[in-house]
Amino acid sequence: MKDLIWAIPLFPLAGFLVNGIVHLLEHRTKGERVLHDPHGEQPAAESQKDLGHPHAHMHGEIHPRSKALHTAVGTGSVALSCLFAFGAIFDLGLSRLSEGATHVVTLYRWIPLGFNEPLGQVPGKAAEWFVDAAFRLDSLSALMLAFVTFVGFLIHVYSVGYMGHDEGYGRYFAYLNLFMFSMLVLVLANNFLLLFVGWEGVGLCSYLLIGYDYHKKSAADAGKKAFVVNRIGDFGFILGIFGVFALFGSLDFGRVFSAAAAAPADVTPYMTLICVCLFIGACGKSAQFPLYVWLPDAMAGPTPVSALIHAATMVTAGVYMVARCNVLFRLSPDAMLVVAVVGGFTALFAATIGLAQNDIKKVLAYSTVSQLGYMFLACGVGAFVAGMFHVLTHAFFKACLFLGSGSVIHALAGEQDIRRMGGLAFKIRTTYRTFLVATLAISGVPLLAGFFSKDAILAAVFEAHMPTAPPWLPRVLWTAAIFTAGLTAFYMFRLVSLTFWGVYRGSPEQEREIRESPRSMTVPLIVLAFLSAVGGWVGIPILRGGDRIGELLAPVLLPIASARVQAHHAAVSQELLLMGASVAVATLGILLVLVWYGRGNGEVPARLAARWPGVYRAVANKYYVDEAYDAVFVEGLGKGGGRFLWDVDATVVDLIPNGAAAVTKAFSWVSSLFDQYVVDGLVNGLADTLQAGYRLFKSAQTGRVQNYALVMGAGLFAIVAVYLVFR
Amino acid sequence: MCGVRCEGSWIGLSRAPQTAHRAPTTMTITINHFLIVSFLLFTIGLFGVLVRRNFLTVLMSVELMMNAVNLNLVAFSRRLSSLTGQVFSVFVITIAAGEAAIGLALTISLFRQRKTLNVEEASTMQG
Repeated sequence: MKDLIWAIPLFPLAGFLVNGIVHLLEHRTKGERVLHDPHGEQPAAESQKDLGHPHAHMHGEIHPRSKALHTAVGTGSVALSCLFAFGAIFDLGLSRLSEGATHVVTLYRWIPLGFNEPLGQVPGKAAEWFVDAAFRLDSLSALMLAFVTFVGFLIHVYSVGYMGHDEGYGRYFAYLNLFMFSMLVLVLANNFLLLFVGWEGVGLCSYLLIGYDYHKKSAADAGKKAFVVNRIGDFGFILGIFGVFALFGSLDFGRVFSAAAAAPADVTPYMTLICVCLFIGACGKSAQFPLYVWLPDAMAGPTPVSALIHAATMVTAGVYMVARCNVLFRLSPDAMLVVAVVGGFTALFAATIGLAQNDIKKVLAYSTVSQLGYMFLACGVGAFVAGMFHVLTHAFFKACLFLGSGSVIHALAGEQDIRRMGGLAFKIRTTYRTFLVATLAISGVPLLAGFFSKDAILAAVFEAHMPTAPPWLPRVLWTAAIFTAGLTAFYMFRLVSLTFWGVYRGSPEQEREIRESPRSMTVPLIVLAFLSAVGGWVGIPILRGGDRIGELLAPVLLPIASARVQAHHAAVSQELLLMGASVAVATLGILLVLVWYGRGNGEVPARLAARWPGVYRAVANKYYVDEAYDAVFVEGLGKGGGRFLWDVDATVVDLIPNGAAAVTKAFSWVSSLFDQYVVDGLVNGLADTLQAGYRLFKSAQTGRVQNYALVMGAGLFAIVAVYLVFR
Repeated sequence: MCGVRCEGSWIGLSRAPQTAHRAPTTMTITINHFLIVSFLLFTIGLFGVLVRRNFLTVLMSVELMMNAVNLNLVAFSRRLSSLTGQVFSVFVITIAAGEAAIGLALTISLFRQRKTLNVEEASTMQG
């Protein structure tokens, strides 16, 4: 089974091909009708209020038989992937994975580069340069593999219900399967280049699925924005890959990391450069501070897509990549510092924006950005295990939250504004309960998943040992993190309060239409809620043998023996104290919501907003970051740069054609002079000569008969005279 | 030098006796005389053609020149005992009649055009 890991990504790939081809065939047969689709004629139909509405074009029902095929192929292929993934993991064995077992399946030599002289910068550098198409199963990829396939499968099942009435059902499942393929390639890749293939593949699928409702300009724009912003990150990532290749002569994880572990200290500057480049890539993919702007806009895609791609799996690829390269990052304290500061700042920054959002998915989107910041903060302080642990628990509760919000949107026929919700707790009970469990989990309520992972991060930040940072920095980061935890609890409960509690604020007609979602949607919710509740139990601290995830990931993430000892060094009492602090902060946040929104109907926050309108406007408008980017990059560097380049073109580049023209002109001037004086001189000279001759002989032509007669006579006389004289 | 002798000598014709006691005989008219007359006539005609302004006078001068030629022809015809010259002179007279007719017609035409017969003014063919 473990030798069949190459098959895991291939099932969704096959599903993508089948779904895509069937959809295309079906689409072609009724292409005529689609051409006259009223949406098609108004691509920017912004006036409709149903942005992100799942039934935006439900009038185009697809054929039941092809729908059944899409359902079977779409979910079945991912189910097979999931089975094969778990089969491979258990075949290899969790205990052996914990001992550092690594199983590599090489399919073929992908890019053979031949033999080269080693540059000798790093000992152990391979002289043969090549890239294999190889998959790697070790504890880190096993963890990712397990939850990606499982959560992916659940979300596919959910999509059957959510997208059931959509005309693009087949297209949707084709994209979703392609995404699963790319994500699994990313997770299983055994080298940087194959990882990059998966990385770009998930980026492409993200673009395709954000712009799924391509007839809406907002969705198409959001897709483009995500793609462009990700390109910026990918630029850094690919530079990092080049750096790795230049330094180690290989892109294979095993060879690079073993070479890096034995690397001398003088490669640290190179390491810093490489790691910062890699981290820029991670920033793009995982929506960290300068490059986070695409993720909130990505909510234009269908909600299951937001759950799968923009919460649970794809956006954590950056964290996975940084964790995968932990050997490199550990060699560069400066790069770690950058990761930690960016992560901590993003966590707090996004959490504050989340306080003032009124779109249910936007709140969750900023929450995702904030939680991703948490994960990077953990990686930055060296707690890669805690970071990956949070990736796992976050996948459960954030997928549950997104799917729950999708269920709410589904029940309200596309309404996303939480100001027009309320009182849904008794109308859609299952959704409410699962949503509440996930909210408690993300808020860090004890014994639920988020509590353990968040606590592990907070503890790690508190004890962080950052050699190149000022000594106060870990405390500042810790304060930011715990403040973020309080904010998270606050805005999540504000969301629950406005959505599910109180009375319904929409119209009565809408209220009658509210129905619980179908079984295909609620079952995944229940499973994910269960996992949100118990998923954290794989990493219970303090208890001996409780930290199973730490043991599992230790071979990959804690390769140095001393670090493994250090991880368990913290005193139990200190850990309990930190736990108490985070619980207290979370409780404070929840209580504030209960008091302000539960009883006071939101008067206090409204008063606060009215008291500091500038602050509120800044937060509600996301600190005007989008506007600033628009002004600086789009208008400034983009269009202004375009104008600048135009000027350069007009002045510098045009020198070439203008110079050529001047030279041509000079030559033509010389040529015209030649023509004027030499050629014309010949012609005119001839004419002048003839004219002079004409003037000379003209005088003989007097027109007087008598002159002619005289000349005749004289001539005759002369001839006779000559005749007589020279006879 | 004196005119007559020199003249006879100059022309180189048969020499007349120049004694003072020569018998009064009839003067023999030789061809030289005809040629001299013809020469004079031709010269007068040529002079008239080249000098006179009136078109009619020029025409008449041309006639003079032609008659000089006729005289010449007839004189040689007699001297050479060949009738060819005389026949030729009859042709010339005939042609001269036609020439006179054309010349008079030109005269009328010229006068109608220019209101003058001055050949100096009929010079539009100048270059």
